[in-house]
Amino acid sequence: MTQLRVRVWRGGADGGFQPFAVPRQASQTVLDAVTYIQRVLDPTLAYRFACRVGMCGSCAMTVNGVARWTCRTHVDKVARDGRLEIAPLRSLPVVRDLVTEMRGFFDKWSRAEGVFRGARSRRDAFERVAPRSAQRLNVEAGIECIGCAVCYASCDVVAQNPEYLGPAALNRAWTLLNDVRDVAQAERLRAVAGDAGCHACHSQMGCTERCPKGIAPTASIAGLKRAAMRALLAGEL
Amino acid sequence: MRGHPGHWAFLVHRVSGVLLALFLPGHFVALGAALEGEAAMDAFLAWTDRPLVKFGEWGIVLLLSAHLAGGLRILALEFLPWREGHKTMAALAAGVSLAVSLAFALALTR
Repeated sequence: MTQLRVRVWRGGADGGFQPFAVPRQASQTVLDAVTYIQRVLDPTLAYRFACRVGMCGSCAMTVNGVARWTCRTHVDKVARDGRLEIAPLRSLPVVRDLVTEMRGFFDKWSRAEGVFRGARSRRDAFERVAPRSAQRLNVEAGIECIGCAVCYASCDVVAQNPEYLGPAALNRAWTLLNDVRDVAQAERLRAVAGDAGCHACHSQMGCTERCPKGIAPTASIAGLKRAAMRALLAGEL
Repeated sequence: MRGHPGHWAFLVHRVSGVLLALFLPGHFVALGAALEGEAAMDAFLAWTDRPLVKFGEWGIVLLLSAHLAGGLRILALEFLPWREGHKTMAALAAGVSLAVSLAFALALTR
């Protein structure tokens, strides 16, 4: 049986890589390799996962220098000469080993007004939204985000400007901006049009390149830029 | 996140912008030579006939065309409705700027 040589980040921000030998399996994912290490070689290894099928967004790590969802990343695809280097996500504080502190990431969703604010109660009728309307199609393009923070860790602007809301939060704001039921659009636009908002994006498209769900946060952020510009010209911002 | 076409396009746009900004004062000094009389301007023009300076001119044209094409690409990306194929757009911008600079190089040799 061939062995996979895996170097895994241990400790906090000032930690280092620890080498492990993991048996190579057919159709093995990176998460399988990490789980093998934790179950067989070193039970003290800290990492996160839940669903294993690309839905929960909790298993993202840096694999050979690139942020990826590890449960849907096959070792075949990313190992170089049978070697893997697995580290925590970039731009997020390391709690321990492969676990990062996600609080700042999700706080930014709140700061970007990434919360639905409706005006109807359960006694009102349903809002009718035409499935092929332009706004609904905009929502559709961005709504499948699983909050894995791969885009956030892949963004150079986030790395250089810790205040920047980041691609995931701005993508969420964009899907809500296109939600005809939402009644807090002016506040949302103000929240995303500041210095740390959509205009800080340099359109390098690292987020779009790396999003495991195939979402283009760059498109959402460009939409926010246009919306903010229109609001400014109309004197609403 | 480095090493993908979007990042390369960003780098080329930024670096060409900075280099053009550095070139601009030199350009103004050269134009200023005309104010000091015909002889000063002619001396400067004679200096620009050197092969190395011609090569530099080609470089400036390449920077200008790369910055222009890259800028148009960014404007299209951010202000036009979203479309797929932004790597193609980046490649197109690179191709156009190279073609412009090569056309200029051809004109230099005639």
